[in-house]
Amino acid sequence: MSEIDSEVLESQTKSSAFRRRILGHQGVMIGAAIVLAAVLIALSAPFIAPHDPYYQDLLNRLVPPVWDSRGSWEHILGTDHLGRDYLSRLIYGARISLLIGVGAALISGLIGTVLGVAAGYFGGRVDMVVTFMITVRLSMPVVLVALAVVAIVGGSLQVVIMVLGFLLWDRFAVVMRSSTLQIRSMDYVAAAQAVGCSTTRILTTEIMPNVVNNLIVIATLEIAHAIILEAALSFLGLGVQPPLPSWGLMVSEGKDMMLFEPWLITIPGVALFLLVLAINLLGDGARDITAPENRN
Amino acid sequence: MLYYTLKRLGLAGLVALTVSFISFGLLYISSDPAIAMAGETASDADIEAIRQLYGFDRPILVQYFDWLQRAMSGDLGKSYYFRTDVSALIAERLSTTMTLGVSAITFAIVLSVPLGVAAAIRPNSLIDRIALFLSVMGQALPSFWFALMLIVFLSVSLRLLPTSGSDTWQHFIMPTIVLGYYAAPAIMRLTRTGMLEVLSADYIRTARAKGLRPRVVLFKHALRNAVIPVVSLTAVQFGFMLGGSIVVETIFALHGAGFLAWESITRNDLPTVQGLILVFSLFYIVLTFFADLLNAWLDPRIRIN
Repeated sequence: MSEIDSEVLESQTKSSAFRRRILGHQGVMIGAAIVLAAVLIALSAPFIAPHDPYYQDLLNRLVPPVWDSRGSWEHILGTDHLGRDYLSRLIYGARISLLIGVGAALISGLIGTVLGVAAGYFGGRVDMVVTFMITVRLSMPVVLVALAVVAIVGGSLQVVIMVLGFLLWDRFAVVMRSSTLQIRSMDYVAAAQAVGCSTTRILTTEIMPNVVNNLIVIATLEIAHAIILEAALSFLGLGVQPPLPSWGLMVSEGKDMMLFEPWLITIPGVALFLLVLAINLLGDGARDITAPENRN
Repeated sequence: MLYYTLKRLGLAGLVALTVSFISFGLLYISSDPAIAMAGETASDADIEAIRQLYGFDRPILVQYFDWLQRAMSGDLGKSYYFRTDVSALIAERLSTTMTLGVSAITFAIVLSVPLGVAAAIRPNSLIDRIALFLSVMGQALPSFWFALMLIVFLSVSLRLLPTSGSDTWQHFIMPTIVLGYYAAPAIMRLTRTGMLEVLSADYIRTARAKGLRPRVVLFKHALRNAVIPVVSLTAVQFGFMLGGSIVVETIFALHGAGFLAWESITRNDLPTVQGLILVFSLFYIVLTFFADLLNAWLDPRIRIN
C-alpha cells in the first residue's frame, strides 16, 4: 500500500470513529433529536400552529387540555385566561426562546471570544486587563442588573437579547483565554511566527481553528443559560412583554390560576425544561466527543 | 503570604470600585431620576426643581464621586419609595436573605458532597449514573417553575407547608430547596472529580498498602484533599445565590433583600437598586477574596505565582 493510501485510510477511520462516537453517545442523540424538533417547530410555526396564537376567544377561556374530561380536540392543550389556543402559543414560544438563546449567545460569544483570544495570545497587560474585566463581570449580580436595565429601558425582544448578550460573555472569555494559552505554546504557532506570518493570519489560521471546538461547546451551554434567564425575567414581568407567547410569560400568566388549573404552568414549564435539558445534553456530549479529557 | 494578601486586597477594592461605577452609570444614564421621583404627571417646573434640589443637573462624574463618598461612610442615600435610608432598609432585609442563603448552601452541601463521594468511589456504577442524571436534570430545571410546582404539590395538594411569607421556619423550607438545588450540581460534580483524582494518587495507594482501614483512607486522606477546591466553589456559589434569591424570594413573598430588589426595580427606586447592586457585589467580592486566601494558604503554589 502506498503512503498516500494509508493516509486516506487513516483519515477515513478517524472520521468514521468520530461518527461512531457521536452515534454511540446516548445523551447527544437524545439532545440532538429534541433540539432538532424544537428548531423545526419554531421555523414552521405559522404552518403547524392550529390557531392564531394572539386570537382571543373570550367565550372559550381556560378550556383544559384534551386529556381532561372537559377538554376537546379543538384545543389540544386547552386555552389560556384570554381564550388563546395554548398549543399555538407554545409553538410560537419556541421561536422566542430559540431566538433569544441564539441571539444572546452570538453577542456574548463575539465579546468573550475577542477578549479571551486576545488575552491568551498577547498575554501581559492585555491579559491583565481582560482578567480584571472578567472578575468585575462575575462580581455583578446578573439577574439584578438585567432586571434593572430592562425595567429602565423597557422590555422587548431586542432589549432582552442585548442585555443578556452583554452580561453572559464571562464563560466564553475564560474558556477562550485558557484554550488560546494552550495553543499559543504549540510549535506550529512558533513556526508560523518564525516564517513571518502576520498576527491576524496566525490568529485566524492557527489559533481559531484549534479553539473552535471549545467555542461550540460553550456556545451551546450559554444558549441554554440565556433561554432559562429570559424565562425567569419574563416570569418576573421584566423580560419579553405580553402578548408575546414567551414560555416564562405563559407560566407567569398561569400562576394565579395554578391551584385550580395546574396544567397552565405545567405545560410551558415542561417545554422549557425539555429544551434546556436537550441543549445541555448536546453541549455536554459535544465536549465528551471533541475533548474527552475535559469530561469532568 | 502577606504580599499575596495585600495584592489580592487591592484587586478586590479595584473590582468593587469598578462595579459601583458601572452600575451607577448604567442606572443614571439610562433613566432620568428626577422624572422617576416626580411621577409621570409632574410639570416641567416641578421636575426641574427636583433636579436642582437633588443635584441631578450636575455632571455624572461629580454625582458619582458624591455618591461614592457617602457610600464609603455607609450612607447609600434615601429610598424614593420607602422614604427611609437605603442602608437601613437593606440591613433590615439582609438577615432574612442570609438565613435563606445559609440554609440553602447547607442543603446543597449535604445533598451533593456525599453523592459526589459515593459516585467517585464507584465510577460508572448505578449511584454514579443517578448522581449524573440528577445533576443534568437539576441544571435544566428553571427555578421559578420548580418553586411553583413545589407550591402546587407540597402546599396545596398535600397541605404540608405554608405557601408564602417569612414568619416561621416552615416558610423557609421550600425556598431553601429551590435555591439549594441550584448550587448542588456544580458542587457534586467538583466533589466527584476531586475524589476521582485524589483516589488515584500515590499516597492513597500507600495508605491502602500499609493496611489502613478503607474508611480512614477515604475520609481522612482522600476527602480532606479533594474538598479544597470544593470550599472555594461553595463560596462562589453562595455569592451567586444572592442573585438567585431575587426570583425565589419574589415567588415565596419572603421579605429579604431579593424581594426588596424586585420591589425597588418595579417602582423605579434607583437609590435602593443601586445600593443593592453594590451590596450584592461586595458580598461576592468579599467571599471570593476569602476563598482565594484560603486556597493560597492551603496550596503554597498559588501565592508564589
